[in-house]
Amino acid sequence: MGDKKDRIPRQPMPEQPPEQRRRNFDEVPLGYPPEIAQREAGRCLQCKNPACVSGCPVGIDIPRFIRHIREGDFTKAIATLKEKTALPAVCGRVCPQEVQCEQRCVLAKSGEAVAIGRLERFAADIDRAHGSPLLPELPKPTGKSVGIVGSGPAGLTVAGDLILKGHAVTVYEAFHKAGGVLVYGIPEFRLPKAIVQEEVGYLEKLGVCFELNAVIGRTETVDELLARHDAVFIAVGAGLPTFLGVPGENLIGIYSANEYLTRSNLMKAYLFPQYDTPIVRGTNVVVVGAGNVAMDAARTALRLGAERVTIVYRRSRNEMPARAEEIHHAEEEGIVFELLTAPVRFLGDTAGRVNAVECIRMRLGEPDESGRRRPVPIEGSNFHIETDMVVIAVGAGANPLITSTTPGLAVNKRGYIIVDPQTGKTRKPRVWAGGDIVTGQATVILAMGAGRIAATSIHQYLTLGW
Amino acid sequence: MYEIVYRQEMAQGTVVLNVIKAPKIAAKAQPGQFVIVKANETGERIPLTMADTDPEAGTITIIYQVVGKSTALFKTLQVGDAYQDVLGPLGKPTHIERYAGIVICIGGGTGVAVVHPITRAFKNAGNHVVAIIGARTKDLLILEDKMLDASHELQVCTDDGSYGHHGFVTDVLQQYLNGSRPVSMVVAAGPVPMMKRVAAMTKPHSIPTMVSLNAIMIDGTGMCGGCRVSVDGTNRFTCVDGPEFDGHQVDFDGLMQRLSAYRQQEQQAMELFAHECKLRNLT
Ligand SMILES: Cc1cc2nc3c(=O)[nH]c(=O)nc-3n(C[C@H](O)[C@H](O)[C@H](O)COP(=O)(O)OP(=O)(O)OC[C@H]3O[C@@H](n4cnc5c(N)ncnc54)[C@H](O)[C@@H]3O)c2cc1C
Ligand code: FES
Repeated sequence: MGDKKDRIPRQPMPEQPPEQRRRNFDEVPLGYPPEIAQREAGRCLQCKNPACVSGCPVGIDIPRFIRHIREGDFTKAIATLKEKTALPAVCGRVCPQEVQCEQRCVLAKSGEAVAIGRLERFAADIDRAHGSPLLPELPKPTGKSVGIVGSGPAGLTVAGDLILKGHAVTVYEAFHKAGGVLVYGIPEFRLPKAIVQEEVGYLEKLGVCFELNAVIGRTETVDELLARHDAVFIAVGAGLPTFLGVPGENLIGIYSANEYLTRSNLMKAYLFPQYDTPIVRGTNVVVVGAGNVAMDAARTALRLGAERVTIVYRRSRNEMPARAEEIHHAEEEGIVFELLTAPVRFLGDTAGRVNAVECIRMRLGEPDESGRRRPVPIEGSNFHIETDMVVIAVGAGANPLITSTTPGLAVNKRGYIIVDPQTGKTRKPRVWAGGDIVTGQATVILAMGAGRIAATSIHQYLTLGW
Repeated sequence: MYEIVYRQEMAQGTVVLNVIKAPKIAAKAQPGQFVIVKANETGERIPLTMADTDPEAGTITIIYQVVGKSTALFKTLQVGDAYQDVLGPLGKPTHIERYAGIVICIGGGTGVAVVHPITRAFKNAGNHVVAIIGARTKDLLILEDKMLDASHELQVCTDDGSYGHHGFVTDVLQQYLNGSRPVSMVVAAGPVPMMKRVAAMTKPHSIPTMVSLNAIMIDGTGMCGGCRVSVDGTNRFTCVDGPEFDGHQVDFDGLMQRLSAYRQQEQQAMELFAHECKLRNLT
């Protein structure tokens, strides 16, 4: 039986061909058609003790939803997913499955894991194609109310969980659109904004109130929210850009990844001049860093007309933190990787526009605190890369806007909010926190997992008082 | 939506004043703070200092010069129309205290709108306040009467001599710096070259000088770093660390370069907009 199933290979994902997609913003993977999805679902061994589930931060019953797909009962498949995740169409697209569920799949030991992420996406897309999803029946209002600061995956998860428990929920968002990184960071070709819009719209239909243009810490403080809400959940993400601190970094054409992606995604600068926000369209683009953010920036630059895009990364291929699929897609699209290379300064023309990056070659030395081998500069190996646009994508930090205006909120030395990991409770009474503002920049699913934990604790507090 | 409840054109229609309904912002705003305004779905986010606020009426006042596509679009909005998004109050409020010597508040062009609430706040705090305001020519001068109220002495300059002193605001500043009364504080808002010149003049006298910077912004919350400016050799974000900085430490040349980043695109957008307006008028 096992032998026979093993013989079906992992079903490839239909994709836009690289030479076509590198110039458009349409989604790259096209999704499984039903018969392929069912064939892929047929590869699942339906393990009695499924290891994949323990690799899922929100504990989705993976074998069960896959079995429903195999049997052609797509409605039950999506229902199984929705028991544990509010955003299956998002997670199926952006989760790093290769280090989570799929890594633990027994088939991965002898061959290729079941394509769990692609199947999740399939079920979610079928559900979306059916138009307005069924609204669950809401319980009687409890009379309690919760304020949520930030509308990224952590905030949306808490909003969804608590509205279904009968609490009134208001989400405060600094930007003019809800969704967090899902709308301003991750590009259209990887996560269509219509999907995020639908998820937000679904929550609105359930009765969640979204107050946009509300910068908490400025428009109102957390203490003011506590005066009218019974509990507050803080999920403001890791919204502080990191720069390299090398000479020439303020030249025109040098962006933080946050700025570059926000201009393109949230402000739709890629549609300039139909949209009013401008963006530099580089011909020779350099992106510093090798995480998901760097891949997104590099592939955006390509789609904005760049002839050559180079990723500069100070460690080696093995250490690149991006999802495997993103690196693969970037390479297919022709992005050049300069590994073991670090920028030392930027050079510009008389008008103050960047025209070159001076780099130095690195080699890997002894392991550092993170266990990864430390990159060490090779003296005298300096060289120039010509460029007219640079994106710095070397990580993000904790934005102090909330923490500096909220007395009683304890933060660690890097500025992230300290919480009890079992409950998401901060040191300040009636205030919970979760997502990137607690962990540092992590993943969508971990932010949702943190939201789930906090929502459970908030509900317990609102109903039982502790 | 943020409704316009009052509108006034100034300086021959090159500058527009809007009073906008924004109760939460009005309740919190302090002198020196700004808002980010976006007209419609496809619009750009534009930072503008609040020229005035009325917490009771729940309104804020913005004054902008029509310089590009976005402000040309703002200008088409009439009383009863609304901005889709207004965000604020952003930035740090001006540090106001009572000084022994005089306080000089300088505004050039639409910078007058920026210094107006600051000037008034220094006066209300018990300072002797001198205001120096200027414009290229008489017809472009704004808020003269308001500045008269907000200060103890008002000096008006025009570049072409059509009104007040013939010359730059810095010429008048020089007279005060040469004068016998000690100057404790100088505040300047306006074109970057003006602020740079003011800072260069006060530096030898070691007079604390605050300048209000108008960097290009996106979020206004310290998230993107697009508004970074070098102050005393370190990068600061204008939207959260500013907009006011110590004028003696600001890298004005760097700021000026960064402000020119999108000049070409701005022109392209403006031409397209002018073309569309023409088409609309034809039909
Ligand atoms: C470009 C990019 C690509 C990524 N790719 C992936 C990927 O492929 N897979 C993956 O799993 N993860 C990815 N991540 C990481 C993932 O997006 C984050 O870990 C996740 O979004 C964190 O969720 P969150 O809810 O904590 O915060 P966020 O999504 O950051 O949302 C926070 C929200 O709070 C708002 N906010 C901030 N301050 C305030 C305030 N003072 N008042 C009100 N609102 C405020 C912000 O505007 C924002 O909308 C990526 C991140 C980026 C930037
Ligand atoms: S506008 Fe983005 S950090 Fe200041």
